[in-house]
Amino acid sequence: MHALAKKRHHKAAPLLLVVVLLALITAIGAFSATSATATSEASADDIADGERLFAANCASCHGLDAEGQDGVAPSLVGVGAAAVDFQVGTGRMPMQASGPQAPAKPVQFTQEEINQLAGWVASLGAGPAIPTAEQVDPALGDAANGMEVFRTNCAMCHGSIGGGGALTQGKFAPSLLETTPTHLYEAMLTGPQSMPVFNDANVTPEHKRDVIAYIDAQRAGSPGGLSLGAIGPVSEGLWAWLLLLGLIIASTVWVGARSS
Amino acid sequence: MSTPENTPENEPQEGFVDPGLADHRPRRADVEPKANKRAERQVAALFGLSVVGTVIALWAYFTKDAGDGGDVATIQSVNMWIGLGIALAMAGIGFGAIHWAKTLMRDHEMVEERHELRSSDEAREGAIQNLKDGAEDSGIGSTGTKRRSVLKGSLITAVAIAPLAVLVPQIGNMGGDWNISKFRHTLWGPGVRLARDPDGELIKASDVTMGSVFHVIPEGLNDLDHHHKMVEKAKAVVLLVRLDPADMKPVAGREDWSFDGIIAYSKICTHVGCPVALYEQQTHHLLCPCHQSTFDVADGAKVVFGPAKRPLPQLPIAVDDEGYIVAQNDFDEPIGASYWDRLKGDGSSADVEEGSH
Amino acid sequence: MGAKVNSAAAGTANYVDERTSIGGFVKFFARKLFPDHWSFMLGEIALYAFIILLLSGVFLTAFFVPSMTEVHYEGPYETMHGVAMTEAFASTLKTSFEVPGGLLIRQIHHWSALLFVAAIMTHMCRVFFTGAFRKPRELNWLIGFSLMVLALAAGFTGYSLPDDVLSGNGLRIIDGVIKGIPLIGTYISYWLFGGEYPGVDIIPRLFTAHILIVPALILALIGLHLFLVFLHKHTQYPGGGKTHKNVVGLPLFPVYTAKAGGFFFVVFAIVALVASVFTINPVWNYGPYDPSPVSAGTQPDWYILFVDGALRLMPGWLFGLPLEWEILGYTISWNILIPSLIIPGIFFAIIALYPWIEAWATGDKGERHVLDRPRNVPVRTGIGVAMIMFYVLLVIEGSNDIVASLFHLSLNDITIFLQWAIFIIPPLSFWITKRICMGLQRKDRELVLHGHESGTIVRHENGEYIEVHTPLDEQEVWLRVNYPNHKPLEIADEFNDRGVRRKGYKWDRFKQKLSRFYYEERVEPVTWEEYQEALHHHDHGPSAQGEAEAAEAQQADAQLTNEWDKQDKAGAADK
Repeated sequence: MHALAKKRHHKAAPLLLVVVLLALITAIGAFSATSATATSEASADDIADGERLFAANCASCHGLDAEGQDGVAPSLVGVGAAAVDFQVGTGRMPMQASGPQAPAKPVQFTQEEINQLAGWVASLGAGPAIPTAEQVDPALGDAANGMEVFRTNCAMCHGSIGGGGALTQGKFAPSLLETTPTHLYEAMLTGPQSMPVFNDANVTPEHKRDVIAYIDAQRAGSPGGLSLGAIGPVSEGLWAWLLLLGLIIASTVWVGARSS
Repeated sequence: MSTPENTPENEPQEGFVDPGLADHRPRRADVEPKANKRAERQVAALFGLSVVGTVIALWAYFTKDAGDGGDVATIQSVNMWIGLGIALAMAGIGFGAIHWAKTLMRDHEMVEERHELRSSDEAREGAIQNLKDGAEDSGIGSTGTKRRSVLKGSLITAVAIAPLAVLVPQIGNMGGDWNISKFRHTLWGPGVRLARDPDGELIKASDVTMGSVFHVIPEGLNDLDHHHKMVEKAKAVVLLVRLDPADMKPVAGREDWSFDGIIAYSKICTHVGCPVALYEQQTHHLLCPCHQSTFDVADGAKVVFGPAKRPLPQLPIAVDDEGYIVAQNDFDEPIGASYWDRLKGDGSSADVEEGSH
Repeated sequence: MGAKVNSAAAGTANYVDERTSIGGFVKFFARKLFPDHWSFMLGEIALYAFIILLLSGVFLTAFFVPSMTEVHYEGPYETMHGVAMTEAFASTLKTSFEVPGGLLIRQIHHWSALLFVAAIMTHMCRVFFTGAFRKPRELNWLIGFSLMVLALAAGFTGYSLPDDVLSGNGLRIIDGVIKGIPLIGTYISYWLFGGEYPGVDIIPRLFTAHILIVPALILALIGLHLFLVFLHKHTQYPGGGKTHKNVVGLPLFPVYTAKAGGFFFVVFAIVALVASVFTINPVWNYGPYDPSPVSAGTQPDWYILFVDGALRLMPGWLFGLPLEWEILGYTISWNILIPSLIIPGIFFAIIALYPWIEAWATGDKGERHVLDRPRNVPVRTGIGVAMIMFYVLLVIEGSNDIVASLFHLSLNDITIFLQWAIFIIPPLSFWITKRICMGLQRKDRELVLHGHESGTIVRHENGEYIEVHTPLDEQEVWLRVNYPNHKPLEIADEFNDRGVRRKGYKWDRFKQKLSRFYYEERVEPVTWEEYQEALHHHDHGPSAQGEAEAAEAQQADAQLTNEWDKQDKAGAADK
């Protein structure tokens, strides 16, 4: 058997490598870390700090008074603290380069700085506030109702369990599986970029928490094993060819080969 | 054959000689008794491994069924261990048997002659004669003395139409009431309020803020029984959005179909009927995830990309005294995929349909 | 003990034979020969996947309830608590979560379904590229083709059974396509769904098709397919001693009983392995069917993707002209009919009829049991590759949203690119493949005439450097010179001596044109004369002197290598 394995080794090696690589990629994708953010009220000092931070980091596009510039950046008057916390807290702002949409990047500010920025922007005009910890606690939500709300309002862009999907002209709906509950809530409330707004009359605060509970339930993984990205039959088909048929054809080569 | 066909040379080229089968190379197990014994042990070990696999599968089944089934980790583990057990049980048998065949069974190739598949001339003649005799006996042969053309004709007729006796009622029953004019009508009508999908909460105009998108069903849909709910929902679902009235291009004849930038379109694609639901609030584009037809909500839901040809049908809406959004009327055209007679007036059939409700 | 068993076996054999005359069959089958090659096992993979499907399917029917009656979920799965669903969906969840090992069987069933179709297509490619469809196997090709179509039907009907959102939207697309059929489309839709879409009849109807009608047909055709394989005896790859009149291989009993029988267990093992580790069709993610929701990544299983891709590729407007026509008040949707029915129809028709198309061009009437090397039939190989490319492009378009989000591309750009590529890449790949094949044929000629390059350079006394070529052995030569050298058909003139137009001339003319397309441009095998000339007169042929020089050079070479190795080792030791 050993001699045999040695002899055939070189033929199966590339395939084995592909299989191992694919398995690794899936495994890495399956382990996703989650974190939660705290929220706090902004004081007058914080607002003043926020204004300074804004002038230094945001004003070149949004203007010193945050009223925006046509064709460059929107006005931030009235977008509320929730929008700032989402955009800056996920690293989407400040934007690095113009493109179809601003992608999530490593966050550039501490949560304290973000709160200061949010406090200042919120002081410009009334807008949605950063949700409280209780509002976004998945343990308090009803995941089954969240499933119904999610698939009616969200799944068409973000995929059936929030794995993400493509939009037109290079835009895309990002994966939600690593998004914090607070950011999920804020995104629904403020409708960043291409995303429509889901105000509290459309998706009530309780329903928003249910959606968060549904997304949270996905973090336990798939009952059937590794999820292959949870993007539907295309990845299943690809794996059926590469892995399943690949392994079997590799074994036919062994069956058909002369023994040494 | 009227044409001289160019049957190509398939015989070996003149001069070259078939060298015959390549020399047989003996395997190690053929010449070394030790290797032979080793191969035998390997095969036995593989069969033994299969038994281990069976034990693993049974062990997993009997010990791992602890959870109530709701626990993802338990299901994963039962699934995986039984599966790995089966895989091992099968792999042991399979690899063992093949290894046996490869190392210990004959590997010296044998040669067998082929015979042309064509029957011999004698057999063919015999077959033809038998058929002729049979035809003669029955009297249907055209060469026979008694040509029973009436018999033949009536038999063919009977056999040809007999399936209708079975098929017509069966197929007739399978199509329900066959009333295809139902495609033209949805639950929408004058004064029907718009409700939120899936819970049926009514929607006020003030709820629909700028940049919002509501997935909408007609009021009362959820009161229907399952069958009718599905059928009606498949036609009646609507997408309600609000955009800046300044961005909207007016469509002739539909000036009063929307309300202060709130506008409603059928959610069913005019291509092959998928729910069109990906709304990008900045571009006002609506994308179908199935085949990527893209509609411009700000411009009468016209097609801007993809396989659809027609704009999405618009639901005329208004606001009632209590501030709820209501339909002014049903859609003015059949929703969803195109079909042969979708443009044909529904006059009488519609009345029949109304009456039957 | 052994003697007892033997006599018991003999007794049983006698009992059965006296009632069935099975002895004759056993004599016929037991030592039937099969050639040994890995590519001959691809069809077996399909057969075994089907057997696994039958076994796992029987288990699934024990729990599945093919009903569209509404229930509220009361099972343990958290994200489904209290959700309204049909019994079909609820029983699928129950099989998955409450039957220990039930999910495994579901996953085994679904993975083997994907494997079944993939194996059939791979097997078809092998048969195509080696010319195994030629006389007398044309009918068996057609049976195999029908099996492929039935496999698609089996897959699609099964995919829809759980009544989830994903497959429900797939059914809705089918409904839209059916309604697009002129005149009778709406009635076919009513017939299929028992009234208006979606109704409450479709799941039970698909269930009957999936577990009875389609598998029964598949089973019957597999029987016929295998019967013909036995009747025809297996094809074999070319080589010394292998002719159209014999078959060289190993006997069914015991070698193939062990190899093929064992291979079933190997296939089962690999399917079970994959099913135990990888989720497939997680219907609990999609949720029970409802006509309103849809999710990103709404696609069919891979084998229907090409139709979905064609539907995505076809624009609704072409250069400002609509592809949905309204004539006399009736609607014809070319944007649906062309991609979903006409293109797949033509594509499948070409596949089904291919053996006859090639036979017209070749004019060959003999039985062909020795396979072609793909390079020796460049046009056929080119056609095959072009068709595969066409199919693959449609599959990529069917996955364009996944491709777009994976590689950060615009799905619009992918679609526009593929709208052009679908016309350019298949012909281009035909041409390139044909060139590559002919290049390989020329390489074969080169080898036969001049031998292998030995990599040994020899300097003649006159200062000229040449590379020593080692001649091919007789097996290698035979493989490269012994292939059918088809030439374009010659046909009789249009008019005979008396100036009367010949009947059937047009048909002959068509066949001649086809034949020229296939065989006008060709690389002919080395003839005996060329071979002899090369052997005797060639400058760098393997003369005795040359061989001696080569041996000398090789020895020197080996010495040098040895030296280098030593130096390397010494260097490594220093470090």
